[in-house]
Amino acid sequence: MANMIKVGMADLNICRSPDAITTLGLGSCVGVALYDKTTKIAGLVHVMLPDSTKVRQNQNKAKFADTGIDQLIQMLTKAGAKRQMLTAKIAGGAQMFAFSSNNDMLKVGQRNVEAVKSKLNSLGIRILAEDTGLNFGRTVEFYPETGDFVIKAVGKSIRTI
Amino acid sequence: MQKPDNEILELDVLTEIGNIGAGNATTALSQLINARIDMNVPNVALLEFNELAEIIGGAETLVAGILLSLEGNVDGMMLFVLESSAAHMLVNQLMGCGQPPSPSTGGFNEIEESALKEIGNIIAGSYLSSISSLTNMLITSSVPYLAVDMAGAILSVPAIEFGKMGDKALLIESRFKDLDVDISGYFILIPTIESYKKMLHSLGM
Repeated sequence: MANMIKVGMADLNICRSPDAITTLGLGSCVGVALYDKTTKIAGLVHVMLPDSTKVRQNQNKAKFADTGIDQLIQMLTKAGAKRQMLTAKIAGGAQMFAFSSNNDMLKVGQRNVEAVKSKLNSLGIRILAEDTGLNFGRTVEFYPETGDFVIKAVGKSIRTI
Repeated sequence: MQKPDNEILELDVLTEIGNIGAGNATTALSQLINARIDMNVPNVALLEFNELAEIIGGAETLVAGILLSLEGNVDGMMLFVLESSAAHMLVNQLMGCGQPPSPSTGGFNEIEESALKEIGNIIAGSYLSSISSLTNMLITSSVPYLAVDMAGAILSVPAIEFGKMGDKALLIESRFKDLDVDISGYFILIPTIESYKKMLHSLGM
């Protein structure tokens, strides 16, 4: 029996085939799926904020793009995934409310996506696909068996990247 | 390090702010739709991020969120969330049409969206003005913005702001009861860290 492992907000976990891993209702947060296709082990982190060094309360590593991705890689390699083989697929980072003002609080989705990309880039992990930005929420599922990243949104057809 | 006693006291003060704000907001809503609305005692809780969406029925529940950006002495956001079906009921009542809400389709037409924003505007306005007079601080708000989407996605907006302060979010839940339909709404007030301190300070904390 294949299980669906749930990852909450500011949380992370890993799974191996035939299990799959999901996080529900991504808004401005970003879901980062890392995957080693040779061992079919995958991990997912639900990132809320771009930078752990800008926030004093940074004990929860999964909350931030920088520390969350680091911790996920640690978990993956410990479980037997090969560091050099890891690739990424990302989704989320929407701007849920169509604000016209330049309120910094509301651009966090875009900043999350940028932070995730620069972190992955600095680690030399290739982003194979992304579905980011715009103004709608997303539920994502990653299947290590196939490497499929399935994205569901309200009133839209299911998309596999 | 903060003393735990101090934290409990702060929570009490925030509960009282929520009580007064939500009480006034309910009165405003009641006048707006011309119906008697009962409100239970607001439930104020500090929740883990994961629990936040669960309270509204799960991260994938379809909800309407009306957001206002706060300016003046308090910077931050105010979010009013209600289930999509409840939002349809409110709009129908306001516009005096007897169409039953169709929960399967989340969509609102342009006039309904506008009505919903106005409901949010009036509710949030009365909530904020009561807090404003309580704390003696000037609080103004932007025009209302509306999003209809998954609860998790909408609540990620306040959750991220709380995320800068810690790992919990402050939720002020108030449940309205209007005749035979049960309409539940949730207020979430999100001051920035600086404004949060200013508010507590103005109340003698």
